Amino acid sequence: MRLIVNGETRELPDSATVAELVAGEAPDLAGGRGVAVAVDAEIVPRGEWALTPLEPGQRVELLAAMQGGA
Amino acid sequence: MSGFELGGRQWGSRLIMGTGGFRSLDSMEKAIEASGAEIVTVALRRVDANASGSVIDSLNRAGRFLLPNTAGCYTAHDAVVTARMAREAFETDWVKLEVIGDDRTLYPDPTELLEAAETLVAEGFVVLPYTNDDPILARRLEQAGCAAVMPLGAPIGSGMGIRNPYNLAIIAERAGVPVICDAGVGTASDAAVAMELGCDGVLLASAVARARDPIKMAFAMRSAIEAGRLAFEAGRMPRKRHAEASTPVEGTAEFLRD
Repeated sequence: MRLIVNGETRELPDSATVAELVAGEAPDLAGGRGVAVAVDAEIVPRGEWALTPLEPGQRVELLAAMQGGA
Repeated sequence: MSGFELGGRQWGSRLIMGTGGFRSLDSMEKAIEASGAEIVTVALRRVDANASGSVIDSLNRAGRFLLPNTAGCYTAHDAVVTARMAREAFETDWVKLEVIGDDRTLYPDPTELLEAAETLVAEGFVVLPYTNDDPILARRLEQAGCAAVMPLGAPIGSGMGIRNPYNLAIIAERAGVPVICDAGVGTASDAAVAMELGCDGVLLASAVARARDPIKMAFAMRSAIEAGRLAFEAGRMPRKRHAEASTPVEGTAEFLRD
């Protein structure tokens, strides 16, 4: 299936979950603090990543803590 | 010099450091160490698979309290969603709320800011809003339940100092929550001025990050904020237009000429 991750099109298996997406996009951060996921502007808590299936066409924002701002 | 209370917690340092603009992670870490800041702001951005070295890990190791910001948000909606994501990522209810009005001034958008603040307070956030130096807006943000108000001294990254000291003093005099001067500080004397006007703290990044020697400037800021606070607590002498001799006139010698 095709969905939009951080503004870019991604091809993922139909059965993909949020946890699998995070593991693929940010392998170093998958378990760690400092990462957050929103699917269609709804936050998915870390504890639900593995239980949350993705659907075609969804827009996913995958954010992490960065140096920046004041 | 006493510490201060912010968001229901006691803090020793009145300096809050941003992490933007540093030339390297190493330079940032050393400057923050020199600043003595306990609270450090960080941004949320799209994950970059190529990025290495987590800012979170290094700041956590150093024992800093991480305050997520909503830097780069232009609407209440974006700021609220970013704050919710920050809560998830950082496991904290605290947020430095920033809702920008345009990219040339980077001034806050007052109506969007107030709307976002109201929403986030209702969701249980400890909201620290970056605001215009407008006493009425500051009061509205306080009434909305914000844990502090953070008026600008001058535009973000401008280093222009405290452009409207009277407004900052009015905000500090009337606020029932801590007032943190956020943005505009360019050098140590600016930070001291903000504190002498009655601010409870100063939030800055560029002034240190863009200094020739960030570590030395971080220490200068720490000293200036302490000095400014002490001067505020001590109470300055009144200003006068004319001189007033500090030595008594009585007992002055008279020398006769022949």
